[in-house]
Amino acid sequence: MEQVIANSLYLGSQYAMIALGLTLIFALMNVLNFAHGQMYVLGGFVTYTVYGQLGLPFVVALLASAVSLAVVGALVEYFLFRPVMKRSVREESSMLLAAGIAFLLDAIILLVFGEKQRGVPKIVNGVFNWDFRLIMPYDRILICILAIVFIGGFIAFMQYSKTGRALRALAQDRVAAQLMGVNVDRYSMVGFALGAMLAGIVGGLLVTITGVNLGMGGPTSIKAFMMVMIGGAGVISGAIAGGFILGALEAVGLAVLSQYGDITYLLIFVSLMIFLAVRPQGLMGKPWG
Amino acid sequence: MHRSMISRMAALAIAGTFAMGTGALAADDTLKIGFVGVTSGPAAAWGISNVRSMQARADWLNEIGGVEIGGKTYDIEIVTFDDQKDPKRAIAGMEKMAQEGIHYVVGPNVDDGAAAVRPVAEQNGIIYFPYAFPKELYSPPASNAVLGMVANYQSGPAIYKYLKENEGVKTVAFVAANESDPLSQRDSGIAAAEAIGLEVVSGNVTFQVDTTDFTPVLTPVMRSRPDLLVLSGVSPANAPQLIRSARELGYEGLISTETAQDASVLQEGAGDLANGFISVGGASTPDIASDLMNEFVERYTKQFGEYNDESNTKVYALEYILETLKANPAAIDNVDEFKKTMDSFEVANPYMKGDAKLRYVGSTSFGQKRQVAVPLVVNVYRDGKFETLFVAEVD
Repeated sequence: MEQVIANSLYLGSQYAMIALGLTLIFALMNVLNFAHGQMYVLGGFVTYTVYGQLGLPFVVALLASAVSLAVVGALVEYFLFRPVMKRSVREESSMLLAAGIAFLLDAIILLVFGEKQRGVPKIVNGVFNWDFRLIMPYDRILICILAIVFIGGFIAFMQYSKTGRALRALAQDRVAAQLMGVNVDRYSMVGFALGAMLAGIVGGLLVTITGVNLGMGGPTSIKAFMMVMIGGAGVISGAIAGGFILGALEAVGLAVLSQYGDITYLLIFVSLMIFLAVRPQGLMGKPWG
Repeated sequence: MHRSMISRMAALAIAGTFAMGTGALAADDTLKIGFVGVTSGPAAAWGISNVRSMQARADWLNEIGGVEIGGKTYDIEIVTFDDQKDPKRAIAGMEKMAQEGIHYVVGPNVDDGAAAVRPVAEQNGIIYFPYAFPKELYSPPASNAVLGMVANYQSGPAIYKYLKENEGVKTVAFVAANESDPLSQRDSGIAAAEAIGLEVVSGNVTFQVDTTDFTPVLTPVMRSRPDLLVLSGVSPANAPQLIRSARELGYEGLISTETAQDASVLQEGAGDLANGFISVGGASTPDIASDLMNEFVERYTKQFGEYNDESNTKVYALEYILETLKANPAAIDNVDEFKKTMDSFEVANPYMKGDAKLRYVGSTSFGQKRQVAVPLVVNVYRDGKFETLFVAEVD
């Protein structure tokens, strides 16, 4: 039981961080960023290069992942999403663009970093073992704590900073925010950069545990969408709740249902379908969007 | 002046055209060899090592003047198609090969893709070299598929027997990803283990193919405390994480797999925790590698920046195709001729020292010769590189 709770917390914290960036971009721009998983992978590869290959401290690598993905996010918003969304009123245009960016990033990652699984040295050695009732490597504990700290920091930033308030205003009502003097173009770019930065940070954090490879982007995006749908699209607290719920479902399913084969995700998907049929807006989303 | 300039230009143009014509006449014909397999996604490493092996070898052969088949010299062109590990795309890929008039294709890399392309290959006269293990692909009445490596039901029993006799293994647990290849490899692994008297203490734990954190997956397996943990059909991307999670959960027994792995990936992903990990290696070791194999590794590394140990096996398929065509030039556009040649085909293996031969095997497993003969090299990982545990042959 102790192990299941610990696994739930650990998985939940990393999932919540992945979902945060996606839901932020959705809230601000009404864009389903299919390239979110690829941005996560790119963040992992940046940390791999800086920490694993160049031997610089992990903190520097994490910072490099955050900055480089923020820049990528800003460029993507400025040069790709902004012109497309100004010229096209159809939502499919931005979705297709996001899917295209996902393929583009996959191709760039393959060219630059290759096809192999990559990993970095552990940031903390040792395993916490409580009489085989609870086993958790110290690096997982550290990553879990860091993820929770980052989530807390992000919430505080959105709640108390001027930029955070502007972003929330933009998410609530784009036109009203513009009428109140919010520079919509500027804060859209800032929001997209922030969302991509979150993906980069979580990629950088998790490369120390799971490693990183070219193929992780698509499945990561799918899981992120699930969390956002559970919590409510475009709602920050919903994404966090969705992340922890998915983490708990996965940990409990793997512990309880393992003898029946891999049916954990089958049951999660079935439950999600039933849940969305009853409450299509998710736990914390509003029925009107 | 003006007229003479025009005359000179006309003469130059005629000379140029003539030169181009003779150049075209002098140029080698092109022999297209196809590849249909996975070069993107989590299993990309399998297909990319195929493609890069083929491209490195083809470039090398073209550089030294091409390949002479039946008195004609051919440049080799590799035509590739990424099936994304999707059987529907694999069919589309094989159809593309047929449209391009290609008769020899390497791939697909996985069971369902290899099974899916069978009708297309048979209808269009294509011989293909899958890296997939279902016996029905290679057993009569099927006759167009040639297994490009050693199958797990050939390597598994050899590994389990070795570990039972040399390491005192009595109990074994299996873990597999929830998709066709790993599951079928797990099932045949369980059968092989039981056949030699090992007790299977856990055989039904599986995981999503996109799993990145294996601690929750392995926790119930570790409770069964097996002497040997088999990672059935594990991809190079997942192996280091599984090993790392097992060791961090306190597992001290042996870990093995019947798929090929990459030493640098294991080192980066699991470090010292991977020491002692047993896997089927690429079909070469420093002890048996010829100068040609060493040069291949050098050229591959120069061309693509980093070598992949799997390419020690993947380099063979193209070689088998070309050498069989050399042995029977009529097979260049007639796969029935190719099939006839397979039964008696035997030439020196250029990638191995000594008197090893390239020949088709598989009579024992499939009832006909539909497998390339590559050495079964079983490796153990230690401190960043593979050491040979034992080398065997299969038929």
